[in-house]
Amino acid sequence: MIQLDFLAVLSQWPALLQGAAFTLGLSAVAAVLGVGLGVFCGWARSEGPPWLAALVSAYVELIRNTPFIVQLFFIFFGLPSLGVKLSPEVASIIAMVVNLGAYAAEIVRAGIDNTPKGQIEAARSLALSELQVFTRVVLPPALGRVWPALTSQIVIVMLGSAVCGQISAQELSYAANLIHSRNFRAFEATIVATAIYLALSIGVRQLLNWLGPRFIFGRLPAAGR
Amino acid sequence: MVDFSMWDIFRNLLLAARWTVGLSIVAFVGGGMVGLALLLARLAQLPGAQLGVAAYVQLFQGTPLLMQLFLAYFGLALIGLNVSAWVAASLALTLYTSAFLTEIWRGCVNAIPKGQWEAADSLALSFGEKMRHVVGPQALRIAVPPTVGFLVQVIKGTALASVIGFIELTKAGTMITNATFKPFTVYACVALLYFALCWPVSAASRKLERSFKHGR
Repeated sequence: MIQLDFLAVLSQWPALLQGAAFTLGLSAVAAVLGVGLGVFCGWARSEGPPWLAALVSAYVELIRNTPFIVQLFFIFFGLPSLGVKLSPEVASIIAMVVNLGAYAAEIVRAGIDNTPKGQIEAARSLALSELQVFTRVVLPPALGRVWPALTSQIVIVMLGSAVCGQISAQELSYAANLIHSRNFRAFEATIVATAIYLALSIGVRQLLNWLGPRFIFGRLPAAGR
Repeated sequence: MVDFSMWDIFRNLLLAARWTVGLSIVAFVGGGMVGLALLLARLAQLPGAQLGVAAYVQLFQGTPLLMQLFLAYFGLALIGLNVSAWVAASLALTLYTSAFLTEIWRGCVNAIPKGQWEAADSLALSFGEKMRHVVGPQALRIAVPPTVGFLVQVIKGTALASVIGFIELTKAGTMITNATFKPFTVYACVALLYFALCWPVSAASRKLERSFKHGR
């Protein structure tokens, strides 16, 4: 007879709460920096100098065709032999940023490439500098166009951060492992952690859907979209 | 102290890569079959299928693959099945793949103009005939590029099976690192091998997508 004891897991709620908060924190930092990197790479690929565009495509292809866990292990275990020693938290954030940056680059580029040419010409004829054209005219509606895809990618990276527990970053899956090593309730601890991840992914998606139009590409005339 | 040459490292990783390929094939084929069954259940409008499959998809897309692997590993042990990491990983990855493929394919079926369904209905075709002669062939054409693209996700997903102790490319990398103390070289080689597996598939997916766009 199978006997599940969820109380043994739920009674350790402070550890779970801390883990969930840590996961959210990691994801928030990674999302901001990763999308920033993605915007830069997206710009570089569609409007940057050829050498930079080539470099960025190599980066994007490399990251998109290797697993996140290998990227993480390379950064955490591999880089110290070059003299770069990183804490698990910093290594996790770097891996998440590098990973999200590559995917976001492709997504942002798709948004940039769909900018109507007339908008850029109109902005130039108003004597805006190239930087202004990009940051004021091209980028905001481009982000608006690809926001759903970007949101999905941020959620994917957050779920992927479960792997960071493997290098002992103390996020949610690490907390679940800790609880299971205390009371041997492996299955229950995993179920509870999985349920929290599900709630987090739904919550973060809602939050980003709400946040995007208000603060990131909202204060704009609707014409660009 | 035993010295490991570059070739020793690379050869052992190559041998382990067979398991990555094997697990990917099992998950992709198994996931494809389960995904197709779920898709057909939805299209045939079986009672509860719409809601059930939507929940299934949300469950697998909204939780980490790592947790799904743990659940399969601990869950199978809990119901008294003493299974290897290989079986647990195959099961978890098959279910994970099926959830994504069924959603991708549903999008492809939805992309078929409504008139096609109505024309098939007006010819009094049965559900099976509609699928085989009208909807299926058209959906298949749209479905090929994203399906091939998803194969890359499956191959990368198998790397997580290393965490539950299945010895594939990533796990072999960890083991070799522990023996050689050369994490930089070993993980670089691991990444290179994954790239060698995934990049041709990505490129094929892109090429198919382009030829499909121009073929219309």
